[in-house]
Amino acid sequence: MNARKNYLLSFLAIVVSAVVFLVPFGFILLTAVKDRQQASLLDFSWPHQFQFVQNFLAVVRARDYMLIIAFINSTILTVASVAGMVVLAAMTAFVLQRKQSRWNGLIHGLVLAGLIVPPAVVPTIWVLQRLGLFRTMPGLILVEIAFGLSFCVLLFRAFIATIPRELDEAAVIDGAGPLRLFFRVVFPLLRSVVVTVVVVQSVVVFNDFTNPLYFLPGDQNATVQLTLYNFSSQFTTQYNLLFMNILLITIPPLLMFLFFNRQIVAGMTSGAIKG
Amino acid sequence: MTATSVRASVKRAAPAAPAAGRRRSPYSSWFYLPAAIVYGVLFAIPTFASFFFSLTRWSIFDWKFIGVDNFVTFFQEPALVKGLTNTLIYAVVTSGLKVVLGMLLGILLTSQIVARGYLRSVVFFPVLVSTIGVGLTFTVLMNPEKGLINDALGTLGIAGPGWLTDPKFALLSVALVDVWKGVGLATLIYIAGIVSIPAEYLEAARVDGASAWEVFRRIILPLARPATVTVILLSLIGGLRSFDLIWAMTRGGPGFTSDVIASVIYKQYQAGFYGLSTAGNVVLFVVVTAIVLPLSRFLNRKEVEL
Repeated sequence: MNARKNYLLSFLAIVVSAVVFLVPFGFILLTAVKDRQQASLLDFSWPHQFQFVQNFLAVVRARDYMLIIAFINSTILTVASVAGMVVLAAMTAFVLQRKQSRWNGLIHGLVLAGLIVPPAVVPTIWVLQRLGLFRTMPGLILVEIAFGLSFCVLLFRAFIATIPRELDEAAVIDGAGPLRLFFRVVFPLLRSVVVTVVVVQSVVVFNDFTNPLYFLPGDQNATVQLTLYNFSSQFTTQYNLLFMNILLITIPPLLMFLFFNRQIVAGMTSGAIKG
Repeated sequence: MTATSVRASVKRAAPAAPAAGRRRSPYSSWFYLPAAIVYGVLFAIPTFASFFFSLTRWSIFDWKFIGVDNFVTFFQEPALVKGLTNTLIYAVVTSGLKVVLGMLLGILLTSQIVARGYLRSVVFFPVLVSTIGVGLTFTVLMNPEKGLINDALGTLGIAGPGWLTDPKFALLSVALVDVWKGVGLATLIYIAGIVSIPAEYLEAARVDGASAWEVFRRIILPLARPATVTVILLSLIGGLRSFDLIWAMTRGGPGFTSDVIASVIYKQYQAGFYGLSTAGNVVLFVVVTAIVLPLSRFLNRKEVEL
């Protein structure tokens, strides 16, 4: 390849990407602001009249402000479970990386199992029910933490390996106990990887559909992904509202993408180079 | 890495003072405890329990041991067998396409072209969008009479098929949407892999007069191997477990022609057949581990020497 830019290929790539990737998003955007009649044509056309505010209010008001409740639920779920994952996984990864013991092999195996093994759905419900946590937000939060731990442990462990042990030793000589060593000395150094984990896992948990479907059923508990699913049957003839809903729940990931693109990329490609 | 292993061997060589070392060790094992409890109670125990409950007729409150009847049902009922074969087809098609397209896009987006940043963003963004949102959007776009895709094909003089209504195409249509949504991640992994190839190799190849094809075949393909391994494994695991996109687009229909194991599990759960649903989980577990474990051994064994 020569250093000169290949304009023909670039032009082709831009046109194809626009058709394949931008048109579907344009379709969402355009249909979301159409009136009901025009939206039902399902075509890719300029709206006759813009009903952004009207459609927005209709979606928000639908089913007793279900979308607002869902956004609150999703926020609680995302914040709590991601916070839990970060603390629990960082503690695990720290000891796992630093301490040599014969359990390490087993723990590594369990971490990988967490990535590969599909969760057993009904037995999890059974356990939650025994604990009195089925159909509760804390139950779902714990489930998300359990399923997300493995990924976080791997990222943290790789990063902690780059922090020199001499630092730990210095802190210990200065009289720091295990807790203080971890939370005061090591954890603050993990900042960049914590940002990565938080961003990636927030998007994953926010977009999660399956776990809320199984473990937190019920309209008053709906998360945003479930509203979409609930609405899709209700809105079969009101495509403008369905697409307004899709548009609204796409905004949080879009913001994440705009502000944290670099961290997302770092987190999601962490396996690519080492293999 | 070297430092760690050296230290490890030192520790192994001097087992005389483990007690004193342990008391003074600032790395206490109870740090594992919170994670171990959550993981153990909500992931490990259910996984082990699933092996038992798959052998029962089960209604959450009480169970009756019925041996392997659930598995017999699973492999005799045509709808359920279809779910099994569909799962394999879906996983192979999506992961194959993601490898090929991801690699091509990865090479394209690391080459000298205009608007590289824009292209990377636009290819990657669907990864972050809600699967259900994507599924519902494409359900509309793939509408056989009014949908945008068939409209566009119509103007080109091609009669588009009933993407999601024709039993022949339903599963593959969903797989294509899965690729549309997931190829950005594969591309990103390939970009990271290709960028990490030392530039000297490419320069040396150019000096030696290698053609573009030879550069790809002899340098990029072997040296981007870790990326290929990652993409294959990630997309196979994801494809075999895939549920939400299929549920959003076809709900396993028409009939049960696009059912996969994960949607069978949900349907049996909804119908109250908890034992059968759990048997589905065990089948999925066996399928995933039987494919992914040997494959990852095999793929990771053959390292290339730099």
